[in-house]
Amino acid sequence: MELASIEKLVEKYENAETTLQEEATLKAYFLSDNVAPHLEEYQMMFTYFKASKDETFTKTIEFKTKKKRNFKWISVAASVVLLFSVYTGKVEYDKHLEFEKAKEQYAQVTGALKMLSMNLKKGNDAFNNLYVYEDSVNKIFKTK
Amino acid sequence: MNQSDFLKVVLPFKDKVFRLAKRLLVSTEEAEDATQELFFKLWRNKEKLADYKNVEAFAMTMTKNYCYDRLKSKQASNLTLVHSNYKEKDTSLDKKLEYRDSVSQVHKLIENLPEQQKLIIQLRDVEQYDFDEICKMLDMKPTAVRVSLSRARKTIREELIKKHNYGVS
Repeated sequence: MELASIEKLVEKYENAETTLQEEATLKAYFLSDNVAPHLEEYQMMFTYFKASKDETFTKTIEFKTKKKRNFKWISVAASVVLLFSVYTGKVEYDKHLEFEKAKEQYAQVTGALKMLSMNLKKGNDAFNNLYVYEDSVNKIFKTK
Repeated sequence: MNQSDFLKVVLPFKDKVFRLAKRLLVSTEEAEDATQELFFKLWRNKEKLADYKNVEAFAMTMTKNYCYDRLKSKQASNLTLVHSNYKEKDTSLDKKLEYRDSVSQVHKLIENLPEQQKLIIQLRDVEQYDFDEICKMLDMKPTAVRVSLSRARKTIREELIKKHNYGVS
């Protein structure tokens, strides 16, 4: 490519009037080895443009949808488990309370029965005394 | 549309999306996150995707908007500049240094441009889209695109000449 036509293209390029094709011509010229010294800056620019087009996105694209849904279900499951455990805990606690109550009642009842039996025994003893008395009376009077 | 169909549509321009994001967000990690996020958004809207004539242009517009949002949000206010490794040809050490230096110089100069000019330089000079497509992506008039592009190109060249003459970088 002639220098004169390159210079013309460069001027058009500066004014942003070049087409993509013309820019490709410029690019080819400036990436070659024999660039006119007064156009060196363009060489730097075009070298940079080319170099920066080589950069690529190396990571793989992730789709977060699955993950998100999983988290949602985990929270639902956790709340269900929590609810269930609270419920069963309550049931167990109620049972425990009932048992305690029953134990107390049992203790009371046994206490009361003990007292009753003790008093009955006292009464019995008194009866026994009566029998002894009757025996001795019979001995003395020998009624039979 | 299942996953593999979607990927067929979307994969051809994933690098372009990534490079555009990197141009605006500077750091590679940010750009990777942005790309990931963007494809996820596209995937969520996959039913609507068929309605668009030009999915690529639509994706580029989305990338632009997403990156603008990121830049606006405070989270992204402290971005670090990450150096990219450019590929080398077989040249002498001097040449190599000079080459790398000049390439990173251009990189820095583009970084200093206003956002819109950055975008247009990226879309035109790196990705080689034609003006119609750029207009569609950025929702701008053709003249405005040309003016912006011309300004960007001139600024880069002038700055390069300045640095060259003074030998300071």
